[in-house]
Amino acid sequence: MKSKTHASGGGFNPTSAPDYLPQTQLRELQLARLKFIVKRAYENVPFHRQRMEEAGVTPGDIQSLEDVAKLHFTMKDDLREAYPFGLFASPMEEIVRVHASSGTTGKPTVVAYTQEDINVWTNVMVRSLISCGCHRGDIIQNAYGYGLFTGGLGAHYGAEALGATVIPMSGGNTDRQIMIMKDFGANVITCTPSYFVHLSERALELGTDLRDLPLRIGVFGAEPWSDGLRQRAEEIGGIKAYDIYGLSEIIGPGVAIECAMQEGLHIFEDHFYPEIIDPETGKTVAPGEEGELVLTTLSKVAMPLLRYRTRDMTRMIPEACGCGRTICRIARIGRRSDDMFIIRGVNVYPSQIEAAILKVEGTSPHYQIVLTRAKDLDQMEVQFEVTPEMFGDTVGSVENLQRTLCHAIESTIGVRAKITLVEPHSIERSQGKAKRVIDKREG
Amino acid sequence: MKLTQLSLFLENKPAHLKVPCRALADAGISIMTLSLADTEQFGILRLIVRDWQKAKEVLENAGCVVNTTEVVAVEVEDRPGGLADLLDIIEKAGINIEYMYAFTFGRGDRAILVFRFEDPDEAVTKLQAAGVGVVEGVSLYSKGK
Repeated sequence: MKSKTHASGGGFNPTSAPDYLPQTQLRELQLARLKFIVKRAYENVPFHRQRMEEAGVTPGDIQSLEDVAKLHFTMKDDLREAYPFGLFASPMEEIVRVHASSGTTGKPTVVAYTQEDINVWTNVMVRSLISCGCHRGDIIQNAYGYGLFTGGLGAHYGAEALGATVIPMSGGNTDRQIMIMKDFGANVITCTPSYFVHLSERALELGTDLRDLPLRIGVFGAEPWSDGLRQRAEEIGGIKAYDIYGLSEIIGPGVAIECAMQEGLHIFEDHFYPEIIDPETGKTVAPGEEGELVLTTLSKVAMPLLRYRTRDMTRMIPEACGCGRTICRIARIGRRSDDMFIIRGVNVYPSQIEAAILKVEGTSPHYQIVLTRAKDLDQMEVQFEVTPEMFGDTVGSVENLQRTLCHAIESTIGVRAKITLVEPHSIERSQGKAKRVIDKREG
Repeated sequence: MKLTQLSLFLENKPAHLKVPCRALADAGISIMTLSLADTEQFGILRLIVRDWQKAKEVLENAGCVVNTTEVVAVEVEDRPGGLADLLDIIEKAGINIEYMYAFTFGRGDRAILVFRFEDPDEAVTKLQAAGVGVVEGVSLYSKGK
């Protein structure tokens, strides 16, 4: 019999024990696993062997955690070139599952799991859900897409292993999501943050205020999102919104997670060894400085990845966390370097635009950036959906809003954008990842 | 006296004006008068209808962004100088007009104008003090049939 009432916070769960390992023990565990994984990659994956030979490195050269810097980087392109099974370290009969990431250009990237890998993934997902305050007995509506995308099944197995009741909704079908959420009394939802805001808005249109439902926690990931969007999600949904981080190349969701302190994300570094590097030089940055997150899988059997370049920009938070976890913390990822676009020589991240918009009172996060080129000059247009709060009955009030938004964006990124106000629901809603940038420029 | 005006945000694109008008038509709601402010990019449609609450609901269900504003209906003589005389009074009272438009029907020799003032209450008080006929909503609507 599952209890449906919970105190907030929750007690210690033994599955989370590795989160609290003493530093010396954690480093010993990491080093033992690093040695194992480098040897495994070297002996079983021609790509890694070749790269190590080129660099004159053998598995025996890995004697400390710092020695990881002797190893080559693995890039997304390396996974594409190995399509479909080129980076597998296990024979197919030991591989129990494959996933693939959506290929924005060309072929998708394929990843593989042995049963052992699935168990590790489930373990880090349980630890993630516990960190967000989820319990045995919670009803978790899993609105991440099921399929080749890792989000759906990753969250699903974790939630089951936690002892929660899983509603395997998958993504999309918003009206049905709302009905099920209401009728089944879901108290946790897992999905992308932009989809949750979309779902909440749709619920209001249908006369359901999510704040009146038992829903109390959102575990949101798979796309970068700002603190402003978090506030919006928390207000409109009456929930606490947690950031979960992961990528299919490493394992899927459950690489890093926020805790109750919400001051950065804890990386499950007993399984994923993190480094922060300067994306230009490849050198490790000084502690606490921003750079690109690089991850080495310490326990992945089917497809070990050495120093995978995530393209996600973050920094380590060196201070001990108030939650008591000893595993390291990274700052929230406000931007993916592959989301970045360059306009008139300026690097721009959509999250910067989002932050600027949210500073202007009363504006909703529904926006889209359209890049065009006229007479060799790049133009940036930001389209906003008008809400009753942001428009008045006079032309002046609307033009004033356009000026305010234009100024907010220009002062944030240094580039002038054309502001276009559009009618509600005219920007395509994300059922999965938010499409924030439409680049119509050639080449 | 004071009327509730609905204002709608519209993109300046073909067929965008039709959506709210069709929605009102389908709901059997008659538009008593309207004005359309346009810019290159967008327009603002302002409407006076009898049952603005119902109209607002209908328009919102049709996906429109609707705001409400208080406007003031004023009756003037339907003759050359009728409006000019009224504007003299408004000017002397020191009231600023944001915008104005007219009703499509008169009342015999009288015309009815809709004014958007920054402070409608203050404007009504000043206009009445100056002897201007501010029209009551109820009487206006009964004449509009």
